[in-house]
Amino acid sequence: MAGTALPGRLSWQLAELVEVVAETPRVKTTVFDVPGWPGHRAGQHVDVRLTAEDGYQAERSYSIASAPDGRRVALTVQRLEDGEVSPYLTDELRPGDKIELRGPIGGYFVWEPSEGGPLVLVAGGSGIVPLMAMIRTRAAAGSDTETRLLYSSRSPDDVIYRDELERLSGSGLTVVHALTDSQPPGWTGYARRVDAEMLAEVGPGPAERPRFYACGPTPFVEAVAEALVRLGHDPRAIKTERFGPTGG
Amino acid sequence: MSFVSRGFRGRRTADVDPARVPPGQYVTRDFPVLSAGPTPHTSLELWDFSIVGELDEPRGWTWEEFRALPSEEITRDIHCVTKWSKLDTVWQGVSVDTLLEGIETAAEYVTQYSDGGYTTNLPLEDVTGGKAWVVFAYDGEPLAPEHGGPARMLVPHHYFWKSAKWVRGLQLQSTDEPGFWETNGYHNYGDPWQEQRYQGD
Repeated sequence: MAGTALPGRLSWQLAELVEVVAETPRVKTTVFDVPGWPGHRAGQHVDVRLTAEDGYQAERSYSIASAPDGRRVALTVQRLEDGEVSPYLTDELRPGDKIELRGPIGGYFVWEPSEGGPLVLVAGGSGIVPLMAMIRTRAAAGSDTETRLLYSSRSPDDVIYRDELERLSGSGLTVVHALTDSQPPGWTGYARRVDAEMLAEVGPGPAERPRFYACGPTPFVEAVAEALVRLGHDPRAIKTERFGPTGG
Repeated sequence: MSFVSRGFRGRRTADVDPARVPPGQYVTRDFPVLSAGPTPHTSLELWDFSIVGELDEPRGWTWEEFRALPSEEITRDIHCVTKWSKLDTVWQGVSVDTLLEGIETAAEYVTQYSDGGYTTNLPLEDVTGGKAWVVFAYDGEPLAPEHGGPARMLVPHHYFWKSAKWVRGLQLQSTDEPGFWETNGYHNYGDPWQEQRYQGD
């Protein structure tokens, strides 16, 4: 990684909203057209900047949900009740509106098809977003890298990208849902929080030297990372990204 | 600023002095956690702290010896590159000046190194002269592992990734060597007031 050369400054660019996809009652995907977008790697994020009429500004970071696709950049945003920026992105912004963003940012929590696997992605709630970028990038590249997604949601209605995940399953991708709070009738899958036993069942074991990406709220990621270490996985193979209840 | 976000009013926090909040930051009352991998757990019996690199003789302290050093209470604002700032955080720790006392070195840079392999680099003058501490308590309680316990660096005039969690030592160096985030796209110096978040800022 040392000495990765990046071109000059990441400057703010105007991005136009071209599409909105309602994912769940609280989550929307906003797709932007960004002229001159240099491309990105799965797992990277952007900074978003909003400016009020009196010059007041607010900045937040959002994970990129899409695989590299020309000038299009998709951000999946969960509306935080008390948030300053997320309600604007999910409720106020209309196609044709513009925001400022800069990126792509981050060189660690990233995956490229050439890096191979086996890959284990562990998502809690909207922590699925950067991992979905990996799954989409894998699919776009026609990669058959063995990939397992363990995705924890509160209820079936809270599952983001449900249909797309189902569609992409197979050819080396296994998707396992855990529904912690409520399950549909006849649910035979996991109905509890992610724990060591579940991670061991989803596999693969330490002997296969899987690479882990875990993303979600802090207590979730703490628990997952700790369980993986306890199961004998190499701590250096476990990459984490956490977000707190703030974040706006 | 020419661009205005239609319909965006923002939520200014009435009880916060804007002069204390660097550009692009917002104030939180929580203490979010950010790290790149699993939280290491080193028992206090095995823990030590070292000063190595460009000095005549490396220095080291066991946990007991470290805790016997003079410590102070530090109240500072902290700023994370992920945009949150937290005001008036209260820490207990040992000044880096105390750890370096009497050391003669030609080094101009320092790398903090941690359990789990994390490193971060700074000019030596940014951790001396009452600007940096090795802290072991937050808000009157022993520092929790997810926040860097048993001990972490506190260099509050830089973005918080320049305050290494789980710190185990300082390496004094004559050359600047970019650390973990510094080789992953983040700024080499990280001054929040200059908004030096990413390479090239």
